Amino acid sequence: MTAARASDIADVISDLRERISALEGLPGKKAGCLAFGVPEIDAALPGGGLTYGALHEFAGGGAGTVDGAAAALCVAGIAARTHGPIVWCLTRPDLFFPALAQVGLHPDRVIFVESDKDDEVLANMEEGLSFGGLGAVVGELVRLPMVGSRRLQLAAERTGTMALAVRRWRRQTEAHDFGQPTASTTRWRVSVMPSDDLPVPGVGQARWFLELMRSRAGECAEFLVRACDDQGRLNLSAGSADGSYSSRRSRHSV
Amino acid sequence: MIAKSGSKRWVSAADVAARKAGVHVGMPAAKAQALFRGLMLVDAQPAADALALERITLWALTKYSPIVAVDGIDGIVMDTEGADHLQGGELPMVTMIANQFLAKKLTARVAVADTWGAAHACARAISRETVIVPVGQTVRAVENLPISLLRLPPKIIGDLRTLGFQRIGELANTARAPLTLRFGPEIGRRLDQMFGRAAEPIDPIRSPELIEVMRAFAEPIGAAETINKYVGRLIIRLIEELQKSGLGVRRADLIVEKVDGTRQAIRAGTVKPVRDVAWLTKLFRDRTEKIEPGFGIEKLTLVAVVVEPLEERQKASSLVEEDVTDVTPLIDIYGNRGQRVYRMAPVASDVPERSVQRIAAAAEPITVAWVGHWRRPVRLLPRPELITAIALMPDHPPASITWRGKRRKVIRADGPERIFGEWWQRDAEMDAVRDYFVIEDETGERLWVFRAGDGVDPETGDHRWFCHGIFA
Repeated sequence: MTAARASDIADVISDLRERISALEGLPGKKAGCLAFGVPEIDAALPGGGLTYGALHEFAGGGAGTVDGAAAALCVAGIAARTHGPIVWCLTRPDLFFPALAQVGLHPDRVIFVESDKDDEVLANMEEGLSFGGLGAVVGELVRLPMVGSRRLQLAAERTGTMALAVRRWRRQTEAHDFGQPTASTTRWRVSVMPSDDLPVPGVGQARWFLELMRSRAGECAEFLVRACDDQGRLNLSAGSADGSYSSRRSRHSV
Repeated sequence: MIAKSGSKRWVSAADVAARKAGVHVGMPAAKAQALFRGLMLVDAQPAADALALERITLWALTKYSPIVAVDGIDGIVMDTEGADHLQGGELPMVTMIANQFLAKKLTARVAVADTWGAAHACARAISRETVIVPVGQTVRAVENLPISLLRLPPKIIGDLRTLGFQRIGELANTARAPLTLRFGPEIGRRLDQMFGRAAEPIDPIRSPELIEVMRAFAEPIGAAETINKYVGRLIIRLIEELQKSGLGVRRADLIVEKVDGTRQAIRAGTVKPVRDVAWLTKLFRDRTEKIEPGFGIEKLTLVAVVVEPLEERQKASSLVEEDVTDVTPLIDIYGNRGQRVYRMAPVASDVPERSVQRIAAAAEPITVAWVGHWRRPVRLLPRPELITAIALMPDHPPASITWRGKRRKVIRADGPERIFGEWWQRDAEMDAVRDYFVIEDETGERLWVFRAGDGVDPETGDHRWFCHGIFA
């Protein structure tokens, strides 16, 4: 009798929990997450990865604020690990696709939508997000106003499609705009770092300084990572302190 | 070309050579023969001409604009409002129209103006191939044109000439009442139509094969929700009609007829034949807000202008393989908004800027891919930018470079990757060589630079250095 009542109560409570989470609109519940596959990064993110059905912002650091090369490649790596077609909205068509193909993004998956104005990029992103069934919607934006980001976030929550915004500015001095609040769930800065040391003259694997500058219901964090490999995965770069890949190689070669 | 009216034979058209000899339209045939011995005379066939013109008009309907009609015996009139942005603006549109006619060995004169009357007059008066009259400048454009371009009966034109009227401007500045008393209301009507003071809706050409559904309203409608509702119902009916004939729509027009006799048209295109209610509804609903109901809408017409066979297809069960979302509806939404939608595909070329091409977003999946041995930059500069570099010749990477006014010390570098010119593209590339290097400066920024030439032979390039891309 009491056991039956206890199970009833448990049912009621779980039902209430579901209803509350539905009211809160927590996207992580229904849409799940895309893990980076790097335990340290995933641990810093609530839900253990980048939430599907949410807006994530990526910007470059230093000269990367203008060219946005590292941010774009990082986003391409994330998009490559999702399933389904990718819509990439942009205004400046200077992306070189062979590089994106090298991080595992197949050219058949990516549909580019080029427009003349930033506002149109926002509208196109929103349209793609509310279409549903896409792997990710990427937009290269100069300005991301609060209202626009809120709309993207809501559209993403509705369909569970991941929204990825690559911020790139016209001038390096305009990049302080990145401090303005937006409705995005996470906000990252990807800066280029000197590449891995090789035992021979040459450029090793690229390294990035990945800063998680804002994360909803989470802490900020910083990582030194190796750039995306041919399947879009990041790899934690241990630096020179311990036995990382590069230092071991050099020890052998000496 | 000789036409007959009664017993009178006169020249109705002449080619360039004949015109040079002095033959002009309207001249008696006997006089033309007297002017030039051995003049070739061809009897005019007005019926065949009219048929051909109708055929061209129907073709233009599927191609340029939803509202297209035959204008007189020698012209086509189109309402291009809201259709020009699909071709990239008015100038590209008229140029394209002229070129497409030229490709079929027809000479066309194309004019864009505020009103039918003005466009009619300008197209027949210009000596160039195309002209665009800016919005609101109709008066300036037509005031010096002869009155014969007013679309008046020849009798009235002749009488007006007798009275000394030569130009449209003179006629427009004359008091209206005496003219109306003498010639009737026709002159005033044509002038008002030309200057946009009186509406002149274009009645679009229709062929019996076109699938068309319409809905007339006893009470004019105007509210956005009502318009949306009826557009939805029309689409359902159109789909039913298409279903019967096994067709799918590629291009559909919604024509809105308003109480004041004006028409507005919305055109939606799809990348492949469609018979899906939700898909079409979305394409039209996106733009029903652009409809200006004015005093109210009397009639809505939905026409499938371009149709293609669409067979029922059996769908594979999605039990095993993963469902891949069909994004063609999304491509249509973007395309109808005037955005450039495309995919990237590889081209078999080693020259970086030639190794990618844009293909249609709905094109078949591609099978080839780029050869991925070599590092490629994420951003490729639109054109290589000249830099100054200090480097050991012939095959060392630069020790330092200056790009965009910033000097960078090169810490690490990779290369050279030698890319040869493609002599089959241009003669100048016969010996051309580029040596590409990946360089990294002290802050970790990685750039793609190249030297024109192999560093030894001046034939292969002038040894200047360029920056071509930015790595992540």
